[in-house]
Amino acid sequence: MDGKIDVKELLEFVYSFYKTMREHEVTLVYEGDVTHQITKAFTSLTEANMEAQLEDPSTQKKVFHVMVECLQNISKHAEDINQKDDSIPRGGVGIFILSKAQDSYVVTTGNVLSKDKIPQIVEMLETINRLDKEGLKDLYKQRIKEGRISAKGGAGLGFIDIAKKTGSKLFYQFLSINDEYSFFVFSTMISRTN
Amino acid sequence: MEVIKIVGTDDTPSVILDAQNDMFEISGRSLPEDVAAFYEPILDWLDRYSEKPNEKTVFNFKLVYFNTASSKLLLDILLKLEEIYEAGNDVLIRWHYPEDDEDMQEAGEEYADIVEVPFEQVSYSID
Repeated sequence: MDGKIDVKELLEFVYSFYKTMREHEVTLVYEGDVTHQITKAFTSLTEANMEAQLEDPSTQKKVFHVMVECLQNISKHAEDINQKDDSIPRGGVGIFILSKAQDSYVVTTGNVLSKDKIPQIVEMLETINRLDKEGLKDLYKQRIKEGRISAKGGAGLGFIDIAKKTGSKLFYQFLSINDEYSFFVFSTMISRTN
Repeated sequence: MEVIKIVGTDDTPSVILDAQNDMFEISGRSLPEDVAAFYEPILDWLDRYSEKPNEKTVFNFKLVYFNTASSKLLLDILLKLEEIYEAGNDVLIRWHYPEDDEDMQEAGEEYADIVEVPFEQVSYSID
């Protein structure tokens, strides 16, 4: 920005952004540092909204669960390519989107990841997606017994928990950014009709 | 033994560990910013308690929400209680869950499967 606002450009941007959000039924979108404060603020805001809309309590709990785990995934695992200086990595940055349709909520996250982490994530997500409810329970029990809290404070159980609580398959895609990094998109659906 | 009494917040649970008055309880919500730091004093306390536990320890869990990072530390607490039980002391875990909360009930069942300690599920109604 050079201090002068291009009014036409701004209007077009805001209007198209507004339309896109409406089309995709986005109720909350955020891009930036995902801190503990952000996690708390978004979850309590969403909780209050669902409460006001008399959302089914079980759906409310599931949305809360998924939001917490997804936001913590970003805050613990996301990497960031600083556009001005590649030598300063910043963690915990990503995009978070909550959308609400007639019959479901969808929580979507996007963040930058080192390519060398992809195989491990794919293996984990594919394993989870092959399992049924009982299989997920067993995997959860096995992982919680073996697992340790990582230096970043994660238990490595987030994806399993999301699949277990929502009963939906986990959607994911990687978009290559350059030789070193990819953009990881992760999406979960929470049905409103239990 | 000293008493641990932590008043809960919207992201940390209430904790009461009071051997003299037979009160052992964790309740509320658990998604602390730093789970390891939050649970460390509790696990340390249980380590010291296990050296000279009460004849009977009834430990109450009455959580309404916990994240996966907390779930691992809750298991660590249960494993300490298992040790106390295996050393020949009387231990009972009481896992309280809101009557309409299947996920919290299921979480209790899963813990009961993992640890070898007498485990009781208790449903309660809200309001």
